[in-house]
Amino acid sequence: MIWLTWRQLRGSAIMLAILLALLVAILGLTGSPLAADYASGLAACTRGEECLGFYDQLFDDYEIPFLASILVVLLLPALIGLFWGAPLITRELEADTHLLVWNQSITRTRWLAVKLGLTGLLAVAAAGLAGLAVTWWSGPLDQSAPQGFALMDPLVFSARGIAPLGYAAFAFALGVTVGMLVRRTLPAMALTLVIFAAVQIAMPMLVRPHLIPPVTGTFEIGQENTDGFGINRDGTFDVRIGAAIPGHAGAWVLASDLVDPSGRTIASNGAEGVVKGVSTTSGPCAPAAGPPSANGCPAEVNRLGYRQKATYQPIERFWPLQWIETGVYALFAAGLTWLCFWWIRRRLT
Amino acid sequence: MGEPVIEFHLDARSGVSPYLQLVQQVRHALRLGLLHEGDQLPTVKEVVAQLAINPNTVLKAYRELEHEGLVAARPGVGTFVTATLTDTSLAAHGPLRLELQRWLAKARRAGLDDESIEALFMTTFRTTAQEDIA
Amino acid sequence: MTAVLQAQGLGKRYGKRWALRECTIDIPAGHVVGLVGHNGAGKTTLLKLASGQLEPTAGDITVLGGRPGDRPAQLARVGFVAQDTPAYAGLTVAEHLRLGARLNPRWDAAMARERIARLGLDPTQRAGKLSGGQRAQLALTLGLAKRPELLILDEPVASLDPLARREFLQGLMEATAEHEFSVVLSSHLVSDLERICDYLIVLSDSRVQVAGNVDRLLATHHRLTGPRRDPDRLPAGQHVVSGRHTDRQSTYVVRTDAPIHDPAWTVTRLSLEDLVLAYMDKPTAADRRALLEVQR
Repeated sequence: MIWLTWRQLRGSAIMLAILLALLVAILGLTGSPLAADYASGLAACTRGEECLGFYDQLFDDYEIPFLASILVVLLLPALIGLFWGAPLITRELEADTHLLVWNQSITRTRWLAVKLGLTGLLAVAAAGLAGLAVTWWSGPLDQSAPQGFALMDPLVFSARGIAPLGYAAFAFALGVTVGMLVRRTLPAMALTLVIFAAVQIAMPMLVRPHLIPPVTGTFEIGQENTDGFGINRDGTFDVRIGAAIPGHAGAWVLASDLVDPSGRTIASNGAEGVVKGVSTTSGPCAPAAGPPSANGCPAEVNRLGYRQKATYQPIERFWPLQWIETGVYALFAAGLTWLCFWWIRRRLT
Repeated sequence: MGEPVIEFHLDARSGVSPYLQLVQQVRHALRLGLLHEGDQLPTVKEVVAQLAINPNTVLKAYRELEHEGLVAARPGVGTFVTATLTDTSLAAHGPLRLELQRWLAKARRAGLDDESIEALFMTTFRTTAQEDIA
Repeated sequence: MTAVLQAQGLGKRYGKRWALRECTIDIPAGHVVGLVGHNGAGKTTLLKLASGQLEPTAGDITVLGGRPGDRPAQLARVGFVAQDTPAYAGLTVAEHLRLGARLNPRWDAAMARERIARLGLDPTQRAGKLSGGQRAQLALTLGLAKRPELLILDEPVASLDPLARREFLQGLMEATAEHEFSVVLSSHLVSDLERICDYLIVLSDSRVQVAGNVDRLLATHHRLTGPRRDPDRLPAGQHVVSGRHTDRQSTYVVRTDAPIHDPAWTVTRLSLEDLVLAYMDKPTAADRRALLEVQR
């Protein structure tokens, strides 16, 4: 049975192996210069601002391959689900070859077990390899990525570490299950794609933030967590609250609000909130005092009782979240696999 | 073993059951002197492969022939002809055929067509057969 | 001899429709069993129940003394050649034999190779490129080389041309003569079955209409032609299979173990095809009631 499964899989498996080898080769060849650039650049910059400039420069240089590598890792599980999962059973059902193979001296349960096991293992291995290779390659870039592309940001998080293994296992099991229920290859592929895409969007938006209860904290206003201070024409003073959290670089910020002394939210991430009581004609926040971020203006805002209230997942939780998320997907895959076995014994004829 | 001596055929429209057709064909071949004592009949497998019929049909036909004492089965070797139907009658075939030909010519002269000749022959044949039994 | 297939009140339902119901049969081993019936009469359902691909909704079925399917040991004893003889289009002939060798403990590799060579099939040919007849022969080879005690074939020759059909049945019969296994095959063409079957099951309307040894069936069924007579005036031992009437004449097909002496009847033998058709035409009980009401 292993021979037959391998024989049926051979063509596409070899193609995938070649593509993966190509990917690993490219990453391997470009990875070392990238790491060297990063090390030398970091050694050359001494002050923080200089280093920030270097980060920006490095990221700009590699932005396209960085995004492409993420795309590869995100698409691979979907492609596996589509082209290995969905047709695994439907192809047999459509050509009636299941009737041929089920009447050899082998139970359908064993037939399905070998088919699922071998193909699934290759699928997971392929996705895992791609995920880990890309994680290694983009290490320096993850250190220097700007907000929105940081390690904990949904898109990047999904393309790093061990999560792609879970996605691949789930996509594959989903494809097989849908195929078994729908019984036709093309509709099964379409449905698999729709469901997988929906889950992949729902996961970071609705589930991942709560896999571990997020941290909520109140922080003083400073240069890091503001995007700007402004004086309006009517003389009021406002603060544009940012998404960073002082002392928690790289955290995944789920919410960042500007709250007034009574604790009421007056502006959310990216919006401006009016800070009452700030003098715009004299004192540290007056235009005469120079750029507000560099002088005592933030201290003045803090003194008035305004704070940043943020909900976030700190970067230390990267690996715990990776494990939990992979586990959740593995559970999904196990559930679907169980359904497949149940269905093939009870319902499929 | 060599070439089989006779080859069977089946007529689906004859209404005669397949096993009986095989029996008749062996008897016919014996009468015409096509089969001699010691000849081997085709094996069951050969007949079955050639005619695409049930092996039991062939077995049944061979058993029937064996029962009639015309053939004998040697286990593991095959079925062989043990008797002949030609001994006395074959010599008489020639003169009888000649007489029949003369009679046919007479019937044609009397204005009978082929169908009428056949009908006349068959009815006479049947009535004589029934009288013999009675 | 043990029974090759026994069924007790066997039934299979799909939703509200019974594909097969109240099927009770007992087929002895060593036969070539023909299963005839209309398309949709339940032939495939019965065969799939026998090979364990379907679970019965009602009743019991025993094949070669065991429960069909589900255990490798039982699967090894029963071969199944599915309708339209499917094969893996991308695999070569030789790879199909390898598949058989890997998946069957009793695989007869020599027989499989020899058959393929005799059929003139190219082992490196992909099954997708074979003609219908060649593919059927490949499927048959897989079924035979498994060396089953029972080989089930579902409409194996339905889509073949007459020559390929003959060659297929020749190969099948030759193998039965050599290896002495039982065969159950279905067809909606009686002519296919007439030569090769010595046991017949007629399915119609999801029910078994008649089952038995062909010789015995032919010996106990007669066509009676004579002056018009109502069926209830026939002797008790004569079971009416079908009857047709004109104003003056009645034609019956009856089943009876006793000889028919009534001089009013002209008694003729039935061909197997006539017999099958008589059972397939047989009106159902409901139809018969409706007919009587119209006559009153």
